[in-house]
Amino acid sequence: MEFKDYYQLMGVERDASQDEIKRAYRKLARKYHPDINKEPDAEAKFKEMGEAYEVLKDPEKRAAYDQLGADWQGGQDFQPPPDWNEDFAFHGGGFTDSNTDQFSDFFESLFGRGNAGGGYRPHSQREFHMRGQDSHARVIIDLQDAYQGATRTLSLTQSQPGSDGRLHSRERTLNVKIPKGVRPGQHIRLAGQGEAGLGQGESGDLYLEVEFHPHPFYQVEGKDIFLDLPVAPWEAALGATVKAPLPTGSVDLKIPAGSATGRKLRLKGRGLPGRTPGDLYVIVKIVLPPADDDAARQAYREFEKAFTFNPRANLGV
Amino acid sequence: MIMTKRDLPTLSSEVLEEDIELTLAQLCRTCQLPADQIVDLVDEGVLDPVGRDPSGWRFYGISVRRIRCVQRLRQDLGVNTAGAALALDLLEELEQLRARVQRLDQ
Repeated sequence: MEFKDYYQLMGVERDASQDEIKRAYRKLARKYHPDINKEPDAEAKFKEMGEAYEVLKDPEKRAAYDQLGADWQGGQDFQPPPDWNEDFAFHGGGFTDSNTDQFSDFFESLFGRGNAGGGYRPHSQREFHMRGQDSHARVIIDLQDAYQGATRTLSLTQSQPGSDGRLHSRERTLNVKIPKGVRPGQHIRLAGQGEAGLGQGESGDLYLEVEFHPHPFYQVEGKDIFLDLPVAPWEAALGATVKAPLPTGSVDLKIPAGSATGRKLRLKGRGLPGRTPGDLYVIVKIVLPPADDDAARQAYREFEKAFTFNPRANLGV
Repeated sequence: MIMTKRDLPTLSSEVLEEDIELTLAQLCRTCQLPADQIVDLVDEGVLDPVGRDPSGWRFYGISVRRIRCVQRLRQDLGVNTAGAALALDLLEELEQLRARVQRLDQ
């Protein structure tokens, strides 16, 4: 197993005071807390930090860890020294506010496992019932799925207690109904599909956080959809009825005369469906025909002659 | 036996934030919290039930996530309920702004 350099993980010196360690932990915990930090590795880092702090905040565990010496490097292959006594006074207890199930093999080899949340360990003989943990996963869907509803097949790894009382991971494949109107960031709950309970305890629930595949021309914000709609200069200036593709099919859309780029046209209720459906915003984007032949260049020159127009007038130049 | 995708039953599902409504008792059971702590969270503005008095309160499913987030922030970062409530509000605002930035960046 790999040696873990707890001092390096927390960015403190080996002779750091308990106060310095506490301050370092608080700072790192705020930075990497999975509710705050949405980076994919934040949760792993947060757990690593929790493990390091579990050892370094406790003078007894810290002293034992320090006995290993300062020559070890993080990631080096490690076996506890033969004279290492796993039955330290703190073995199997004292983990009041951390879930030691999450800790590394390295931690377990030195300090054993605590009893927190671990009533199902083989050494505990009494009957034990506990509801299974809720599972969390992510599901990435298409915008169309949210408009129409869909069924998605997904695979996930869940842990369940085996006959030896330990948690084993297993692969599962599920067919999941994607409810119509679901929005990015919302959670689909599948009751009873989380991790198995212990004893007679019921299974936990499975929560799927919804994400959307990026769409080539729609952007999603909450339940509202945004579409940049290219229009010709004459359509914007004179007004026109143009085709606009909506997720539910194309519509004829009236562009009011004198529309500038960025003008927002709201199509009420055409966003994601739901109890209160979202809106669809068409954003006018004026595009110019290319001046790539003589006739086109001539047309632009005529255009120029027809106007006294300074587009930079309000910049004072 | 190898199961094909077709053989798997399609599991029914619901959107936590919209489809699910809980009474105070159901919320207590789901989050394994005593009612007085839920009432504290309502007073703090973390939860916003529909209905006048606790016996008639209905909580949207999002309450479960908010409660769990507050519990984690309290336990992991040592903040009190008011601090966790503030963090939660700021995190939600951050989430909305991130979605907007993402849209505008595209």
